[in-house]
Amino acid sequence: MKAAVLVFPGSNREGDVAQAIELVTGRRPQMVWHGDGDFEKTDLIVVPGGFSYGDYLRCGAMAAQSPVMAEVKRRAQQGVPVLAICNGFQIATEAGLLPGVLMRNAQLKFVCHDVHLKVETSQSLFTNRYQTGQVIRVPVAHAEGNYFADADTLKRLEDRGQVAFRYCAPDGTVDGSGNPNGSIDNIAGIFNEAKTVMGLMPHPENAVEPMFGGCDGRALFEGLVDALT
Amino acid sequence: MTRIPVKLPNEPNLSPQIIAEHGLSEEEYQRVLAIMGREPTLVELGLFSAMWSEHCSYKSSKVWLRKLPTKAPWVIQGPGENAGVIDIGDGQAAIFKMESHNHPSYIEPYQGAATGVGGILRDVFTMGARPIANLNALRFGEPSHPKTRHLVSGVVAGIGGYGNCMGIPTVGGETNFHAAYNGNILVNAMTVGIARTDRIFYAAAAGVGNPLVYVGSKTGRDGIHGATMASAEFSDDSEEKRPTVQVGDPFVEKLLLEACLELMATDAIVAIQDMGAAGLTSSSFEMAAKGGLGVEVELDRVPMRESGMTPYELMLSESQERMLIVLKPGREEQARAIFEKWELDFAVIGHLTDSQRMVLRWHGDVVGDIPIPPLVTEAPVYERPWTLTPLPPALDPRSVPLPRDWRASLIALMSCPDLASKAWIWRQYDHLIMGNTAIRPQDGDAAVMRVPGGGHKGLAMTSDCTPRYVQAHPETGGRQAVAEAWRNITAVGARPLAVTDNMNFGNPQKPEIMGQFAGAIMGMADACNALDFPVVSGNVSLYNETEGRPILPTPTIGAVGVIDNIAHSVGSRITQAGLGVVLIGETRGWLGQSLFLRELHGREEGAPPPVDLAAERTNGDFVRSQIAMGRVAACHDLSDGGLLVALAEMCISGGTGAEVAQPAGNAVPSHAFFYGEDQARYLIASGSADDVIEAAHAACVPAVLLGYSGGPLLVVKDLLSLPLGDIKTAHESWLPQYMSAAE
Repeated sequence: MKAAVLVFPGSNREGDVAQAIELVTGRRPQMVWHGDGDFEKTDLIVVPGGFSYGDYLRCGAMAAQSPVMAEVKRRAQQGVPVLAICNGFQIATEAGLLPGVLMRNAQLKFVCHDVHLKVETSQSLFTNRYQTGQVIRVPVAHAEGNYFADADTLKRLEDRGQVAFRYCAPDGTVDGSGNPNGSIDNIAGIFNEAKTVMGLMPHPENAVEPMFGGCDGRALFEGLVDALT
Repeated sequence: MTRIPVKLPNEPNLSPQIIAEHGLSEEEYQRVLAIMGREPTLVELGLFSAMWSEHCSYKSSKVWLRKLPTKAPWVIQGPGENAGVIDIGDGQAAIFKMESHNHPSYIEPYQGAATGVGGILRDVFTMGARPIANLNALRFGEPSHPKTRHLVSGVVAGIGGYGNCMGIPTVGGETNFHAAYNGNILVNAMTVGIARTDRIFYAAAAGVGNPLVYVGSKTGRDGIHGATMASAEFSDDSEEKRPTVQVGDPFVEKLLLEACLELMATDAIVAIQDMGAAGLTSSSFEMAAKGGLGVEVELDRVPMRESGMTPYELMLSESQERMLIVLKPGREEQARAIFEKWELDFAVIGHLTDSQRMVLRWHGDVVGDIPIPPLVTEAPVYERPWTLTPLPPALDPRSVPLPRDWRASLIALMSCPDLASKAWIWRQYDHLIMGNTAIRPQDGDAAVMRVPGGGHKGLAMTSDCTPRYVQAHPETGGRQAVAEAWRNITAVGARPLAVTDNMNFGNPQKPEIMGQFAGAIMGMADACNALDFPVVSGNVSLYNETEGRPILPTPTIGAVGVIDNIAHSVGSRITQAGLGVVLIGETRGWLGQSLFLRELHGREEGAPPPVDLAAERTNGDFVRSQIAMGRVAACHDLSDGGLLVALAEMCISGGTGAEVAQPAGNAVPSHAFFYGEDQARYLIASGSADDVIEAAHAACVPAVLLGYSGGPLLVVKDLLSLPLGDIKTAHESWLPQYMSAAE
């Protein structure tokens, strides 16, 4: 699997995701500077976490307008898979690759800790190494991760199986206790309609080694390798 | 050649009032006149004021700081540079320092704390290191003080806001509350970075004619005279000093970090220095002084945020996220391309000369011309009078009543502000970014981070000080702060290597305060010498007083150690049943200055626990050896709250109970045994407790089995039995409840 990781001014988890990809593929992904309108052909595009443009204006709003995102949208339309994590998820919603918005956390504070996620479907490029209904533990680290969409959009997401992960309690119960930011219906991650684009707030890339946060995020990257190699 | 500078339009004549406002004493101003041979211009006066401020010159503390040991075979750079540098093997260096931002954080907590983090990060990456971790030591006033909530909320948000955006994990620290900090909080921020030992950058300028380059943010009017403010006592109108607080932009600093590291990967740089306190003044001055050269600066070329700025403002602004670089000749365009890629300002603002003078030009005219060497050699150095604090009499534990309700006593301690969980704070900090955090906050005595590019190697880091001990007896308190930091590094299995100190004290012109400073230094020097734990960097913050009331003397110690194989590090969580709980070290039952005495009896009395440095060394080396042999599942040093608090912390964090007893025949009163704060002690949980105890006896280290882990309760034979959930709830709910009461 050949992967490309975008780098915007203010990106800061591009190294983490590059490290995770290198761990499962043995190959360093290409790092693509935001100002470059074009980049090598690739099997996967990653929009990483961070504070692109300092999160000024709205999180992700400025990055969504950068030259490289025009190219990402073009390739996404051609079916190239896009993994958008945290600030990447915010950028993807701003760029119209995914529906909904990410608002300020309900408690108005940055949150960093492990959360539990329920895998809503194993039927995707991104989740094929998980079981549907499996509970995994990965960290979150964000101030604006409170997912919201209008009722019609939510219904469409649910009907078409576009919810990828929900926050849950350690035993898999989906209720307020496991929700770190107030996201509607505990939504932690979603797909586009074709399930070729996935956005999520948690950081699977920070859960790929037993000594450094556990291994529950690793299957996401391994699943991508299976699907895209 | 001395040029008489031109006087600018609207430049006031120097009146005694203007001189006094610059914080210069009459005697100091006479020195200025002697050095200059004429009356200085306003910008020159500003320069003297900043460079001779307590903050920049260490004039009251210098004679004492010299007593600290600063050398060891692994020390590459001791105090005097932007940060300290130690060799951690494999061609890698750890670069670290701690610095205070106390006064600004009290006036404007978010920006004050944020720019404190920004400043210490720059100190570390200026030297060529990529920062891998931040820590912070915070002291607030008593919780009932009307300002405390607001200050906690703002400081924590500011630290998180800056560090999170920079993408540097904030992995450790400490937070205390005490009425002595009501009007003067402490915000001490520490950064640890990693560099190659052959790619370390220093501030000493070299090469006459080499270009002086300004990079980063534009210069605005913020923070003018911050260094002078930080060198004066507070009065009740101190909030009116808000315009002297700088405003931070972590996004720009992130760009600056990446751009600097990119330029450092080339060989274009001769010297580099961040613009911190006293901005362009101290950075340009220090670079030239360290290189024994002169410098000519064309101030009109400095990138400016607003129009109409004067040379005085440009020289003294403390606008953040700026760096000064001396480049090799002809490398300007290579460097410019990197900074423009990162959308940062880049300007050649001057060059080095052989004149040993600092010449400031403004649209061609000379507006300042100061000889550099005398400003350093003739800077005031004070041997201020000092009176040592006498050692209070030791408190007899028998004079303190036993708890009537042991359960209530443990709950009260575990939920008191100083011991309650600080998760509400560190969960607002990204402590996981970079993917190197092996021991997270609250999971061990020190944070343990993988060293990028260092194979299996890990770095352990911590910050420690027990101000009530220092207040009671500064020498003991100074020893204890160093010893506790050394223990915390040891307790995770790492070898302690070096420290950075952040000396927070009151007004040094009072002999008793100067005596606290002197005493603390003497104690620290003893401990650093005995433990081979040199001081490689530091910062002094004096005049921490409001309306004449000083803070508790607080010499915060930041420490770093190395562990060769990070897989061998241990945390403090007891996660399995059947482990032997072993107490290492001698327990005499020292209740003087203990939290038990303060929290349950409202008494802050007695001598602090004595620190036997030989025992520290022996016991610590023993514990480290047992960890290295794989015999230790969890380890916790005993400090605030004593044995039972430590055990409770180990149990609730790991979700496993324990059943222990005071050893038969031990004559120490039970409250002094379980809550006494004797030093040089550790609690370890081990699957091979017998082997540990046998080895301890062979090494002449006191060790005794107290009981075993397991079950849902914490049980102390004959004294208490408590469900872990009850302790955990009390421990974890105090701070969130306290903070939410404001919302």
